[in-house]
Amino acid sequence: MDLSSINPVLLFASLMVAATPILLAAIGELAVERAGVLNLGVEGMMITGAVCGFIVAVNTGSPWLGFVGAAVGGAMLALLFGLLTQVLLSNQVATGLALTLFGLGLSALMGQGYIGIKAPGFPDWHIPLLGDIPVIGPIVFQHDPMVYMGLALVGAVWAFLKYSRTGLILRAVGENHEAAHALGYHVIRVRVLAIMFGGACAGLGGAYLSLVRVPQWTEGMTAGAGWIALAIVVFASWKPARLLLGAYLFGGVTVLQLNLQAAGLAIPVEYLSMSPYLATIAVLVIMRAGRAPGSLGQSFHASR
Amino acid sequence: MTDPLLRLSGLTKAYPGVVANCDVSFDIGKGEVHALLGENGAGKSTLVKTIYGLVRPDSGSMTLEGQPFQPAEPRAARAAGVAMVFQHFSLFDALNVAENIALGMENPPPQNAVAAQVRAVSDQYGLPLDPTRIVGELSAGERQRVEIIRCLLQDPKLLIMDEPTSVLTPQEVAILFETLRKLSAEGTAILYISHKLEEIRSLCDNATVLRLGQVVGTCDPRATSARDMAELMVGSVLHVPQKADRPAGDIILSLDGLSAKAPHQFGTALRDITLEVRKGEVLGIGGVAGNGQDELVAALSGEMRTGAGMIRFKGDSIGQLPPNARRKIGLLAAPEERMGHAAAPDMSLTENAIMTAMTRQKLTSRGFVHWAKARRFAQGVITAFDVRTQGPQNTARSLSGGNLQKFVIGREIMQDPDLLVVNQPTWGVDASAAAAIRQALLDLAAKGAAVICISQDLDELMEISDRFAALNEGRLSSPRPAAGLTVEEIGLMLGGAHDMEVAHVDV
Repeated sequence: MDLSSINPVLLFASLMVAATPILLAAIGELAVERAGVLNLGVEGMMITGAVCGFIVAVNTGSPWLGFVGAAVGGAMLALLFGLLTQVLLSNQVATGLALTLFGLGLSALMGQGYIGIKAPGFPDWHIPLLGDIPVIGPIVFQHDPMVYMGLALVGAVWAFLKYSRTGLILRAVGENHEAAHALGYHVIRVRVLAIMFGGACAGLGGAYLSLVRVPQWTEGMTAGAGWIALAIVVFASWKPARLLLGAYLFGGVTVLQLNLQAAGLAIPVEYLSMSPYLATIAVLVIMRAGRAPGSLGQSFHASR
Repeated sequence: MTDPLLRLSGLTKAYPGVVANCDVSFDIGKGEVHALLGENGAGKSTLVKTIYGLVRPDSGSMTLEGQPFQPAEPRAARAAGVAMVFQHFSLFDALNVAENIALGMENPPPQNAVAAQVRAVSDQYGLPLDPTRIVGELSAGERQRVEIIRCLLQDPKLLIMDEPTSVLTPQEVAILFETLRKLSAEGTAILYISHKLEEIRSLCDNATVLRLGQVVGTCDPRATSARDMAELMVGSVLHVPQKADRPAGDIILSLDGLSAKAPHQFGTALRDITLEVRKGEVLGIGGVAGNGQDELVAALSGEMRTGAGMIRFKGDSIGQLPPNARRKIGLLAAPEERMGHAAAPDMSLTENAIMTAMTRQKLTSRGFVHWAKARRFAQGVITAFDVRTQGPQNTARSLSGGNLQKFVIGREIMQDPDLLVVNQPTWGVDASAAAAIRQALLDLAAKGAAVICISQDLDELMEISDRFAALNEGRLSSPRPAAGLTVEEIGLMLGGAHDMEVAHVDV
């Protein structure tokens, strides 16, 4: 084993890349859960976004349009979840699980003619001046635009929830939907919009895998990233800043274990592969989760 | 009053199987404090929801200041100057006071401006409130202030208050009434809903009585006795519980330094509670909600385990015993929340009866349920306690609040407990059902059982208790004989009023 083959600068730089798909999916799910909806279909929406984004990018040649297509694809699948759970009042847990299975199947079908094709390139930005700083430059300022987009989205969701009137209404709906309804807010409308936002973010996360990280289409390529995103929302106590920490922790362990594999650490590869998930479970157990939104996972029906 | 503020004419609203309001008409004048009386299910809630735009009437009309008034949603009602303080607080626990208030406003200013307005209004009306506090940490009285201030910031012409005093200490009630009188003097009309007739007599100018959705009478509450008003509501002669004199028996329960940590974030820790309860007595425990009532019931019923020796029942240490073991030796409990805690909403009354009665009534053997026996027991409870339902096969959810309360209390009493712990036995229950439940508790004590009655309704505690103690922040005051206690003394025992002042009216 040769630990000196691991370059710490590259390690940290790839950490940000590895964390981005989870971060994108998790920030969307955070907004959904703050509105009081538990959507367990993140994995399904991610993979649907991955294939939609891939198809659009290959056919148009533009990775940017690919990401737009991924967001739309994820949002459409989420809208289906929204109609089922908010309008038809189906059970959120069962519907979310079904959405994951449905998304995996649908994406496999849609992606049949696209296996083995390479996605159009998405060049890294080399941010002038900042990117030239030694060590920090390559780690933080020499990535593709979606990495910064993910960070901006976390900041935007944080500011939206904390400072905007709409964000306050969204939190109120998630905290106590009966009271929000009594005050005259449209619980179902707010929730459906939040669900669609969550779907769009999950779609972006999926497309980041198929267009940037891998970059090609394979069936089931999200490989549980959606579930990790769900876990990280709980780990973050539904707070955007801690979400960032969680996603980077998971991304960090992922790239570290890849580097250790490459360096030939003398334990079975399977242990290394499972290490990010073990780390996530361990952190979830150790960290005391904060208080969940009061109406999380409950169906709302304006009966009286 | 020539031109009323709000005129209701012929409002009718029917739900499948029940007419909630039938041809309801009355006027509310500017600055008038108008009481709306009626038993549970008389249609009061439907009526105020109609005024507040949450319910659309089938027929009939309303006018506000002479203009047609037909709010399609609460927002429209608020814009027209109608504000409402809800019975079950419509607050958001995890948000702070200013955020909660901003949610109830149309076009609110930025958060710090809201906070400044809250401070100004709370000063003006003597309702101290810190806008940055998280609502989940506030007492019931403080939470109500949040709701009231939320309404006052909209400069309402009509303020609707649904059962506002049920969770307040006497001092808090006095403060609330000062505020309401001040508002009324400033020209705000108040529609006041309450079961507490003495309060209505001291506060209201006019009263409209509803029974089964119809207006059955109006009266001047200042000139009508509480008993007459109650009988108008019920439509029959009211039975007042009779307390028989009985000698106190042996000590059956003793708590020795009972302490327990708060079971959850918004819970209350129990602190060093020492107490003795004797056979044949009713011990009343008063206190504002959230001062450890739920935790004390949980510790006594066995839902929450404590140190073994902290609770002694008939001389044995039982602090570590689970609920069924306690039921077996005669300690039964009925928690406050009837739907979901005392009863499983979607299970039948028979199944709900089995839940707590299987040990003492031997409703199971070798792991199998005796259904016939269980049904007979449930039917027995229904008959003995006049529970209005078609039969024991109906679900708990199908019963009205008062009827389900009679069932869950009756279920425990019919098991012949040696000690019965009840929490809020008549919460949200109408006058006649409440009287029946209180009488049943007194009858139980007369047979030699001990009863611990935890309640926020002081009139109730004074009516049935032999001794009275107050629970405050998880500590229990030493019990005093209930006879001869004045409302002021009780208020001081409750001690929830240390940070309050009566509204000073700036003219």
